[in-house]
Amino acid sequence: MSDIIGFRPAAPGSQPSNDTPSYGSTRSRHPLRPAIAFPHSLTEAAGPVFSPLHFPPNADLSVTGGKAAQGERIIVRGRITDEDGRAVPHTMIEIWQANAAGRYRHPLDTHDAPLDPHFKGDGRVFTDAEGWYQFTSIKPGAYPWRNHANAWRPNHIHYSLFGPGFATRLITQMYFPGDPLLALDPIFHSVPDEAARERLISRFDLAVTRPDHALGYRFDVVLRGRDATPMGI
Amino acid sequence: MRIATAAQTIGPFWHLIDDTGLADLTRFGAMGEVITLIGTITDGNGDPVTDACVEIWQASPPVSDRFPGYGRSGTDASGTFRLTTLKPGPVPGHGNTQQAPHIAINILARGIITRLYTRAYFEGEALNTTDPLLGMIAEPSRRATLLARPEGSTVWRLDIRLQGDSETVFIDI
Repeated sequence: MSDIIGFRPAAPGSQPSNDTPSYGSTRSRHPLRPAIAFPHSLTEAAGPVFSPLHFPPNADLSVTGGKAAQGERIIVRGRITDEDGRAVPHTMIEIWQANAAGRYRHPLDTHDAPLDPHFKGDGRVFTDAEGWYQFTSIKPGAYPWRNHANAWRPNHIHYSLFGPGFATRLITQMYFPGDPLLALDPIFHSVPDEAARERLISRFDLAVTRPDHALGYRFDVVLRGRDATPMGI
Repeated sequence: MRIATAAQTIGPFWHLIDDTGLADLTRFGAMGEVITLIGTITDGNGDPVTDACVEIWQASPPVSDRFPGYGRSGTDASGTFRLTTLKPGPVPGHGNTQQAPHIAINILARGIITRLYTRAYFEGEALNTTDPLLGMIAEPSRRATLLARPEGSTVWRLDIRLQGDSETVFIDI
């Protein structure tokens, strides 16, 4: 097996550094020694496959137990491609978020904003054959965190994506356009390149907006592309 | 050409997507040598990392309807993760090389903005001496951070230190 094709390295500045002192939790959690370089082998080039039979989709976070969650209903739609623009079909996307008041249904979230009995905050969707996905939710609220004085996280939805290889695994966050907290957020600013940061911001999309029902946002995700040449040595 | 989307931290509230079933890769009836992989994650202060998401992936045995190859475990109040899986066999490497049996590991947590990637090898495997990745790590004490050690006949332990003395070797992925 000498023709494993790995995935391309990150474009300079496009990915965050774990050594980001402005985000306090990184200080004791980032390795001090550099990661060792090792060409992708089968282990990194292949990856898990998830079936909707074992992982049933839940594309509507806005209704729980037949009751509507509080907040501004939204539809998020987007396309998952690789760096060559090829669709990533039938891949699983996990999402989770705070409720409209900025509170997670989680025992560690001690923010005194109210929980919503009709909002759990987790979802799961699969892309179609052309890489498209869509889910319905409510717009998550901003919430305070103790990173620095008067620190607030911008509105965001967490994303977990897999793609075709273990090397394409991606955990990220989708932000909302026009959020004044983005300029102040050290997690958002852990990405050095401004254009790469901007790509984490969804855009309002009237074509996704459903009349008399929900505002629409478009959020595309790009996963790493395959290297042009095999990694054989 | 497009550029891959930037990573952001999984944060402290990722358990909303947790499913304890994911920690058992044999839950669909896979047959083989069943092992438990456990380990404790500590930070640069020596404190346990109690909110991490530990993911494993193995290309061996091959993925099938019965063996997903992928598992996930949160760390508990002592910073410990626990996964049930099948002991992997060798994995083809580049050229004519063979890689020693190993399990790929992602560490995701609050304070980790982009995943930390490493591997668990098995102490005492003959192929460890010729494994291409282990061979790149000159210092024996550094190499030892990737070697899971047996605790009894079916449990293998790999503790992970994110920072400082005896810091785990992480791999650029």
